[in-house]
Amino acid sequence: MEKRGNKKNIGNIKGFAIQFMPYSEIKNLDSTSRIKKILGIVLGNNILILQGRLLPQEETRLIEDTMAMIDYTTGFKGIELAVISGDEEETFFSKITKNIANVLIGGDLTSITIIGPATIVKEIKKDPKKIELFLNR
Amino acid sequence: MEIKILTNFFRRIINNIFNNKKEIKLGFYGPPNAGKTSLVNRICKDFTGEELGTVSKIPHETRKVQFKEKVEIDYKGKKMTFKMIDTPGIATKIDYEEFLKYKMSKKDAKERAKEATQGVIESIKWLDDMDIVVVVLDSTENPYNQVNITIIGNLVARKIPVLVVANKIDIKKADIKKIEAAFPEYEVVGISAKFGNNLEEFYESLFKLSKKSKK
Repeated sequence: MEKRGNKKNIGNIKGFAIQFMPYSEIKNLDSTSRIKKILGIVLGNNILILQGRLLPQEETRLIEDTMAMIDYTTGFKGIELAVISGDEEETFFSKITKNIANVLIGGDLTSITIIGPATIVKEIKKDPKKIELFLNR
Repeated sequence: MEIKILTNFFRRIINNIFNNKKEIKLGFYGPPNAGKTSLVNRICKDFTGEELGTVSKIPHETRKVQFKEKVEIDYKGKKMTFKMIDTPGIATKIDYEEFLKYKMSKKDAKERAKEATQGVIESIKWLDDMDIVVVVLDSTENPYNQVNITIIGNLVARKIPVLVVANKIDIKKADIKKIEAAFPEYEVVGISAKFGNNLEEFYESLFKLSKKSKK
């Protein structure tokens, strides 16, 4: 991390890419490395579509690190984040079955996480069966 | 046998007296501008005569965790003592330019944004210190915002009892049913912190929630 006062500049945005990341790419990483990898992609003006989802504690860690980045990265305004999960209307039994499966696989692969820089993604609306991405330009 | 029954009876009474005197750490969490400080102010004003923080239409008015100790809530003859902890709204993005819309100078807007980012970090750090949490949501907004889901997910992971409050029910486009549908596993109480609507039901649910606290 760079020192405060020595601000990083992400420059003018001329375009963006959508990057897909399979869960296997972060499966064996610790939480710090996962967040670092995700934020690195987002800071490169990419919208990340991640297979699976982060743990609740990792999601808050992602928010904390995002806030710290806003402070010292010129032009970075934060992120837009949404998780689409297939468990919205699941029964208690199917939830338990899925949780056991998640433990065996090593992550929740039935979810998809979308993370984009706020400079590009104005809003991600979830409703909950439909997801809409509103872009800034 | 009779002595044992009497001993247990007095032990229960003594335990109840001491348990009621314990201070329960009650956190108020939610996205910015949901009305956390308005609700905390309403409770503090009702039971201590003093408000805790300032409220504003400009988002991120609360940028530091603020608390009031030993707030004794008296509801239907039952009393409970709380440490009220009002937290800055949690957001995933903060843009100083948003504050310029409220006729703020660029310098002030930048300063506010900087303080707001630190406030979000502070809010998250305090999560571990809570006994129970009231998640305050704006019932006129879409509840499926990831911040709401992340806050509740973290409270569940920490085994902290949660009550969801749907605030601003005085506004026409308020939709409590949508919040109930988004969080079917939690009790949702619709209130208006601004006008003090339905606070009786809120206190009833708060007392019920306090019993689930490990304290």
